[in-house]
Formats: sequence, structure tokens, C-alpha cells
Amino acid sequence: MNAIIIRRLIQAIPVLFIVVSLTFLLVRSAPGSPFSTEKKIPPEIIAELEKQYDLNGTILHQYRQYMGKVAHGDLGPSIRYLNRSVNEIIMQTLPVSMVLGSLAYVLALFFGITLGGLAAIRHNQLGDRFIMLLALLGISVPSFVLAPIMVMLFAIKLHLLPVAGWGSPDQIILPAICLSIPFTAAIARLTRGSLLEVLKLDFIRTARAKGLSENTVLFRHALKVAILPIIGYSGPAAAGILTGSIVIETLFGIPGIGPFFVNSALNRDPFMTSGVVLVFSSFLILFNLLADILYFVVDRRVKME
Amino acid sequence: MNTSLSSRRRRSLVLPVSIAGAAFLFIAFFYLFGGWTLSAPADFIICNGDEPQSLDPAIVTGQLEGRICLALFEGLTTRNAKGDIIPGMAESWIISPDGLTYTFTIRPEAKWSNGEKLTAYDFLNSWERTLNPTTASDYSYQLYYLVNGEAYGTGKLKDFSKVGVKAPDEHTLVVTLTHPTAYFLELTSFQTLCPVHLASVKKYGSNWIKPGKMISNGPYVLKEWRLNDYILVEANPNYWRPVPIHRIKILPTNNPTACFNLFYSKKTDLIIDKTSIPPSLVPDLRDKPYFHANPFGATSFIRFNVKRKPFDDVRVRKALALALDKKDIVEKITRAGEPVANNLVPPGSVGYTPPQGLSYNPDEARRLLAEAGYPGGKGFPDVKLLYAGRGSGPQVATEMQALWRRELGITSIELRGQEWKVYLNTQQLIDFDLCISAWVGDYNDPQTFLDMFITDGGNNLTGWGNRQYDEMLKTSESIPDPARRMNILHDMEKILVEDEVPIAPVYFYVGMSLYYPEKLGGFEPNFVDDHRWGEFYIPGKKP
Repeated sequence: MNAIIIRRLIQAIPVLFIVVSLTFLLVRSAPGSPFSTEKKIPPEIIAELEKQYDLNGTILHQYRQYMGKVAHGDLGPSIRYLNRSVNEIIMQTLPVSMVLGSLAYVLALFFGITLGGLAAIRHNQLGDRFIMLLALLGISVPSFVLAPIMVMLFAIKLHLLPVAGWGSPDQIILPAICLSIPFTAAIARLTRGSLLEVLKLDFIRTARAKGLSENTVLFRHALKVAILPIIGYSGPAAAGILTGSIVIETLFGIPGIGPFFVNSALNRDPFMTSGVVLVFSSFLILFNLLADILYFVVDRRVKME
Repeated sequence: MNTSLSSRRRRSLVLPVSIAGAAFLFIAFFYLFGGWTLSAPADFIICNGDEPQSLDPAIVTGQLEGRICLALFEGLTTRNAKGDIIPGMAESWIISPDGLTYTFTIRPEAKWSNGEKLTAYDFLNSWERTLNPTTASDYSYQLYYLVNGEAYGTGKLKDFSKVGVKAPDEHTLVVTLTHPTAYFLELTSFQTLCPVHLASVKKYGSNWIKPGKMISNGPYVLKEWRLNDYILVEANPNYWRPVPIHRIKILPTNNPTACFNLFYSKKTDLIIDKTSIPPSLVPDLRDKPYFHANPFGATSFIRFNVKRKPFDDVRVRKALALALDKKDIVEKITRAGEPVANNLVPPGSVGYTPPQGLSYNPDEARRLLAEAGYPGGKGFPDVKLLYAGRGSGPQVATEMQALWRRELGITSIELRGQEWKVYLNTQQLIDFDLCISAWVGDYNDPQTFLDMFITDGGNNLTGWGNRQYDEMLKTSESIPDPARRMNILHDMEKILVEDEVPIAPVYFYVGMSLYYPEKLGGFEPNFVDDHRWGEFYIPGKKP
């Protein structure tokens, strides 16, 4: 198994290489320059700036310069935030998003599986319908609608939690809940569907026939099998949730990495865009691998190939 | 029996213990990596609009960066709460009768934040740095007023000693200009002309602007800075006068709703940037005690591409300008109390009377359009209206399109919204038929608006040029008499907005800010929207 993991990690290198190359070339060939401003900048200054950032010469030359740096672990400078390197920005903002994301992730897994399980037990009853209605809302209401409503309710009207900001434990609660809701809803639906399938299987009938309590049947036997699709879902979901959300982080003024995914592209900041894309792709590859390993651990029928 | 009981008990302990352990790890993780620092409480909190791109005064160009830089650095002159020019690092100056030579005397008590003496040499060397092309300062042209400034700034001259700035001794700075510049003392108060501590720039390279490394000379010093989180500044003990508010926290929150929520829940004391106020709330906020609006030196206008048909015909340009019901735009869309603009230079320049310009007159507009060969808009070519797809841009463009259809019967104007950076590029290439633009004055003088439109000027971007206009600008620059100079500028603007109309002004911007008057003093509306934080005080609180 170790050999397989190592092989998968080695395979990730060309994938990341292609992703970063494409991102850099796309940003550089998009219209608009990172240096354009409302006021005309003298051409000599533009030339100097391009030289300083290694963005002079042909696009192929720029690409080679950049990849040379990336190979040494240097993701280049940020053009938008002068005097800061992309490495520095990622080091400062990624942990913030990960802190927020991991709380949201734990919440989503816990409530998603619990609610999904409850819905499955009360299949087609009122409780099931109610939970599924909530889940439908959770998936379909976008976070830029949900978050202001939550702020309005819990911060402005009830004064329970702060409206925005970062720096104290109470400031993480609202954004974490808002961030977790769509994932909670998706996991709840997956859990319910998967559990309903599993509960029809023979081994569950056997377990019930042996006189085991319903809880034991559910948690020790059914859930063990029903969890598989959730593992499949939560790998990529973890990559998404841990690398921040532009909407949640902007609305709550959280200094995470999320907004850089969009803003760096809007600012035509090629190094920053490639940097965040690299981070996201690495997370995606890593969490998919983790999900596969987990699959293997939980379900012995799966072969690591 | 016994063992199974204890194992059950053990199992019942597993869950709470693991939850507690996880919670502990979680909190530890937050404090270690989440950036939850226990910084000292601030006396005053400002929502500043966005994360600054840099805090190097020679480099920054934006207003939000400028505000912080001017709290950290101070030029030869500075501004009081009203926005008037007052002595800064220079305690006095003498202007030669021809208006070309300024002799500044640096105040003897001027110091850097580390206690070192600040001298005229610091200014000399900092200006060299700003002008030097390798610094790549976008605003270095503010030193092009100096003799040979432009030559050095563009790399044509290598010898800085030929540039019109000298420091005969450590207290004296002598500046020689190419032509009398009425607003030069405003420029010396601007961040681009502030001195920087070159020893630390040399020592730390691009990291010199970071907390703990930056040495500054303004009312505040940089204490903490977390990207997109906050900036903390503290009163500079070595500043030449006392600063009323000791510690200011600056929030870079860029979402207007989040900013307003922070203000509404009293988590911030001042929203200083109008972009931090949700536009849809402005009509409701206007009568609140904490809402403050002030005229501000910026104008929204339309650029016509006079090189393209049909805008090569002045009658068409005039017709479109006359048909624009600007009141409709400011009352329906922008809604912050913006005054309608019929001329380019915003009201407020001392001694300047702007020309009348073209006000809303649909009958005259229809007549001119018919005369140009498009009666009732018939046969009007397909043209595209370029605008930036952010803020109120799309709504304003849609409204204009509707107004021209209503008043002139033109149905062939298409909208062409572009993302900000692409829009700037298209505008720079003059690759448009007509375009919604704006200009923010750098200083309080009509020239900052009028010199844009000299023939082939870098910011002209209309293809329009007029020799007479160019000559008048040159003449105005050599006249020391302010009244005569203003008359010439008036005539120039008349050509621009009444006779040849390469642009059609739409409205003047207003500055907006939110604060409770009982919680902030020293913040007065001023034309340049320039508020120095060293002037701020909390009413009833001794510094």
C-alpha cells in the first residue's frame, strides 16, 4: 500500500505542473495588464516594472522564468500587494481559511451524518420530509443570501454574535456555520440515500433477526457500509472547504485565502493566481488520496490500484 | 460482569474525553495558526475600504493607501483638518518673486521615529529615489515640475545633481521649478513627496515597510500589520507635535455590507471611504446624524472618440451631451446627492469660475442631431458605449442608453461593459466609440483636470486635440498672476465643454463618511477629501 501511495504522490507532480502552466499562460494571455491603472503610467516605468517582475520578453520566456522559480519553491512576488511574495501571502492566509474550514468541515460531517441518519430511520415520515426540505434549502440557497440573513438574525437583531471580523473565538461561529450548511445538506442527503439502500440488504435483516437493538444495527452495522459514498464526497469537499470561500470570507471580513482565487485573476496577478491554484490542486489531490486510503481501510473489498 | 461494567464505563468516558481533547487541539490550532493575536485595544477604529497595496509613500497611488501613508509619513507641508496647507517638516519657506524657486527650512525638531534627526538630505535622497526609474513609481511625474525632473525620471539624464533640488545644509532645501506652479505646496504635502528612511530601505529591501522595520516621520508609526485583517498604528513619540489619538486600528474590510454592519454594531468608529457604504442604503442614511457628505474633487464624464464616426462631428457630440438628463442619473441611480455637472472642474477651486457648459436641452439636441444628418436618430451608425462593469457603472450606462433613445430616437447604441482591468486597457488604447470615465483631482486646482486634454496627452484618450488649447495651457503655466491664470483656465475649459465637446460631464462625485460627531473631531469636509489622522481627536477626551 505504501508503494501505491508513493506512486500516487509522484503522479501528482506532472498534474500540478500542467495545472500551474495552464493557469500562468491563461492569465498572461488574458486582455488587460496587471500594471494598468486609471492614470497613464509613463512607458519607461511600465518597462521597469515588467523587468522587475520578470514579465518582459515573450510569454514563453516569462513562463520559463516563472517555472524556474516554482521549481525552487518560490511562487514569485505578488503584483497587487507590492513588497509581498506569494509564499508569504499564502502562509499568512491559508491557515486562517483552514481554521475556519476545519470547524465547518467537522460541523458538516457531524450534522450531515446525524440528520441523514435520522431521516433514513424515519423514512417517508414527517421528520424525514422536514430534514430533506432543510437539506434542499441548504443546497439551493446560495451563501451570499444565507450569510446576510444569519448576520441580520444572530448579530444585528439578537446581538448574540459579532457581525464580522477575525481575532476572537466568537467571530468564527457564524462564518463556520454559514460555510458548513451547503456541505451539511449534501452529506445529509447522501447519508440518507445510502442508508436506505443498505437497510434493505440481507445482513441488516440478519442483524435485526438476531435481536440487536435498532441503534446497534444502525450505527455498528449499517452506517459502516453506508458511509462509503460520504467518504467519496468528503475528499474533494475538504479541499474546497479548507481553501476558503470568497463569499463567506468577504462577507465576514475574514483574512483568509478565499478571495484571492477570484481577485488575483481580476487583478491579472499571474503569480498569485498560479499560486492559489497550485494550493487548491495540491489539496484536491491530497484529499482524494486520503479518501481513497480511507475507502481501503473501511471497505476491505476495495483494492488500492 | 465486573470487567464488562468497567469496560462500559470506560467506553462511556471515551466520547467526552475525545471531544474535550479535540476541542482543546482545535483551540490550540486556532491560536497558533489562525492569527488570533492579542493586540492591545485601539482607541479608534477606521474602516479604510480595502487592503493597501503597499505602504511605501513613493510607490502608492490609491487614496486608501495614501491615507495610511500620510499618517505614517509627512512631507515638507501638510494639511489641517479643513484641508488647508500648513507647515509640516518644513517650518517655513520663501518663494522667489518669479515663483520658480522655493527655499524650505526644515524644522530643527524634525526627527525620524527612531529618534534620528531628519534633515534636508533625507528629502533630497528620497526624491532621487522616487524619480529614479528603477523605483518604478507611478506618481514620479509629480516631481517633473522640478528642473530636469522629467529627464531624470525617464532615464534620459543620469546625473541627479542637475535636477532642481539642492540641500546646501541640513536645514535648507532649495527647489527650482520649470514654471511657476501655484499648487506646488499642495504637492509637497502629498505622499509621493514624503521622505523615506533610506538606511532601512537599503537594509531591508522590499521588507522595509513591515512592522518593526519601518522607520517613519509622520504622526504615527506602524505597529502591526496582518494582510486583509488589520493594521495597527501608534502615535509617534518623536513627532514634532502631540497627536491626540494614541492608537488607531485600520480595518481593510472591502465589503460595503460588512463595513456598514461593523459600524452599525459599533465595532468601528469611522467609515472613511465612500466605497465602503452600501449604495442602496445611501438614500436612507442621508438624514442620519452619522452620515456626512462633502463635495469632492472628482467628476464623472463621457469621453467621445472624435476619430470615429459619427463623433468626429461636433454637432453629434453636442447633441448627445445636451440630451443627457443628468438629474435623472443622479436621482435614480447614484443617489448620494451628487451635483449635476455641466463642466469638468468640480466646484471648490479657489478663485476659479467655471464656464456654463451644456445643460439639459433636448430641443436643441434634436435640432443639432438633425443638422448633422440624423433626424430623429435615423441612420445613426451602430456605436458601443464602453463602461466598467463594477459599482453603478452598468446602471448608469443603461440609463444613458435609454435617455438617448428617449430624447434623440437613437436606437443603435449598444452597451459594452468590461471587467475593470480590461476596461482600463480598452480606454488606454482609445478602442471605443464613447466611454464612461471619471477623474479624481490630485490637488485643488483646475489644472489637474484641464491638462489631461492637451493634444496627445497620456490621459486625453479622446483623440481630440486643439493647438490653441495647448498654447493656452503653456501660457497659463508661465503667468505668476493667479487671477489672470484662472481666466485662461476658464477659457480653456470653455473650449472643452462648450465649443468642441470631446467630453460630456455628467456629475460631480461626493465624498461620504460615517461617524458620530460626538465620537470624532478634527474631521472636516474638504475638497480634496484629504483627512489627516494626526488632526483627529475624540471630543471630551484629553490626549
